[in-house]
Amino acid sequence: MDDLNARAARNRKIKHAVFMVLLIVLFICFIFPFLLVLINVFKVKGDINSNPLALVGSHGFTLKNFPEAMQKMNFWRSFGNSMLITVSSTIVTILLASMTAYVIVRNKWKACGALFGLMIASMVIPFQVLMIPLVSLYGGVLGMLNHRVTLIFMHVGFSLSMATFMFHGAIHTNVPIALEEAATIDGCTKWQTYWQIVFPLLKPTIATVAIIDAMAFWNDYLLPSLVLGRKELYTIPIATQVFYGTYSTDIGLVMAALLLAMLPILILYLFLQRYIVEGVTSGAVK
Amino acid sequence: MNTNTMSYKLKQFMMFAGVTTFIFAAVVIVPFIYGFYLTFTSWDGVSSQKPFVGLANYLSAFGDGAYWQALGRTVIYSAIAVILVNIVAFILAFLVTSGVKGQNFFRAGFFIPNLIGGIVLGYIWKFVFNRAFVALGNALSVGALSTSWLATTNGAMLCLIIVSVWQYAGYMMLIYVAGFMSVSADVLEAARIDGCTNTQSIIKISIPLMVSSFVQCLFLTITRCFMVYDVNLSLTNGEPFNSSVMAAMHVYNQAFTYKNYGTGQAEALILFIVCAVVGVLQVSIGKKAEVSA
Repeated sequence: MDDLNARAARNRKIKHAVFMVLLIVLFICFIFPFLLVLINVFKVKGDINSNPLALVGSHGFTLKNFPEAMQKMNFWRSFGNSMLITVSSTIVTILLASMTAYVIVRNKWKACGALFGLMIASMVIPFQVLMIPLVSLYGGVLGMLNHRVTLIFMHVGFSLSMATFMFHGAIHTNVPIALEEAATIDGCTKWQTYWQIVFPLLKPTIATVAIIDAMAFWNDYLLPSLVLGRKELYTIPIATQVFYGTYSTDIGLVMAALLLAMLPILILYLFLQRYIVEGVTSGAVK
Repeated sequence: MNTNTMSYKLKQFMMFAGVTTFIFAAVVIVPFIYGFYLTFTSWDGVSSQKPFVGLANYLSAFGDGAYWQALGRTVIYSAIAVILVNIVAFILAFLVTSGVKGQNFFRAGFFIPNLIGGIVLGYIWKFVFNRAFVALGNALSVGALSTSWLATTNGAMLCLIIVSVWQYAGYMMLIYVAGFMSVSADVLEAARIDGCTNTQSIIKISIPLMVSSFVQCLFLTITRCFMVYDVNLSLTNGEPFNSSVMAAMHVYNQAFTYKNYGTGQAEALILFIVCAVVGVLQVSIGKKAEVSA
């Protein structure tokens, strides 16, 4: 029996060693594009052209790609725009979607059912079907393009359905109705009950929605590129795209621009990794 | 207070859902309906006139050879990419739930491509394919690597598929991980006592119990691949010779480059219908295959 156990243990060890090797190989495959950017960003243009695989170029280590790329892609301006748009769209989405989900869950009115049904149905519509009428309506008819507020408004509009759906599930299963009834007896109006009792109970879902939506807003390219046509309004993805179009031959600068575009979210990931992975999973599985 | 009057209900609804209803209608519902109207006009994006042209846009969409080529290309690309993404994601999920050390580290690592927008990912891979692989090919004298894959028709498609697999596998892996976790340890233990090998228990127990994960991952990958745009734009931009223009890019160009808004919108609707039919078909077939322990 001991012999058998020892053999099983040895087999498991071998299996784990094989898995580990496989995982490391796959991990390197997943990471090497980023590593390539990382080693080339500290080289001068000539060194990248002569050998992009060398760890250090023959002209040595340089930092000069960064300030030039930052200035040419107007980095801080784009970063500020991205921040402003991402943060405000996320906050507005969370507030509106959770309120809507609350009124839908707690009331059996026809208007609630109709709104919720439309929202669920609309989740299958891809953005490409709406982009042409959006540009035509907001650009041609209303003349509202080229404002950050318009983009925030649209970001919110597109993410409300999914967010409402997630809050709907959370309120339905996690908020005990007895708590609200007690608040009503104590004299709370519905509005007060919502903000003081219900909303604080939704923290885990708020975190999930915030992570999913903030990542989507930060990385979105197509919608912002249609709405924001003026250089001073560019978000980071648009700034990167325009920068590449203009300076694609200056490969050192391109490397710096790409790294700068990735850096904010990678730094955030370093600290919030667990929450991001959990948030994305629970958002997807719903 | 009487809570059963129309005015009370209306006030409550407007207080909690009024703004949502307005924004949702303004951004999704109205443009969706307006989009239908646009397909019957020949708007050029500039003039205030939107001449009514009946079904002409649908006729020109059906006669637009480049569009059907792009759609066919998108179907081929999606079919290959969807299968590969899910195979890679499943293998990754299996490996990171097998109990080896550092599982969470690997999970976090494989997920990294999903943090970054398609535009940036496309440019990074453009550098990899155009410079790094070519340099590697020259250094090792491997002929297949010494010219850029992005320069040939089939190569560009292959590159798009590689990048998509790399981009989505980590995300789908997380869903498969959740699937693996949901298979109860009792059932697996019972199978082991009955003499199941590890491979058997994956094929006969885990996979059948994870059908809902497969349905979900397939749906997500199908819809994403059909609508691919960002990576298409930054990695190949449709080149060489427009041979890698996917359907979404064609729609974009039709509307915003050639100013045929009506035809572009008609083509977008056709793309949506094709994608929706494939997606719904997949889900309904998948749902039938679901079992419970």
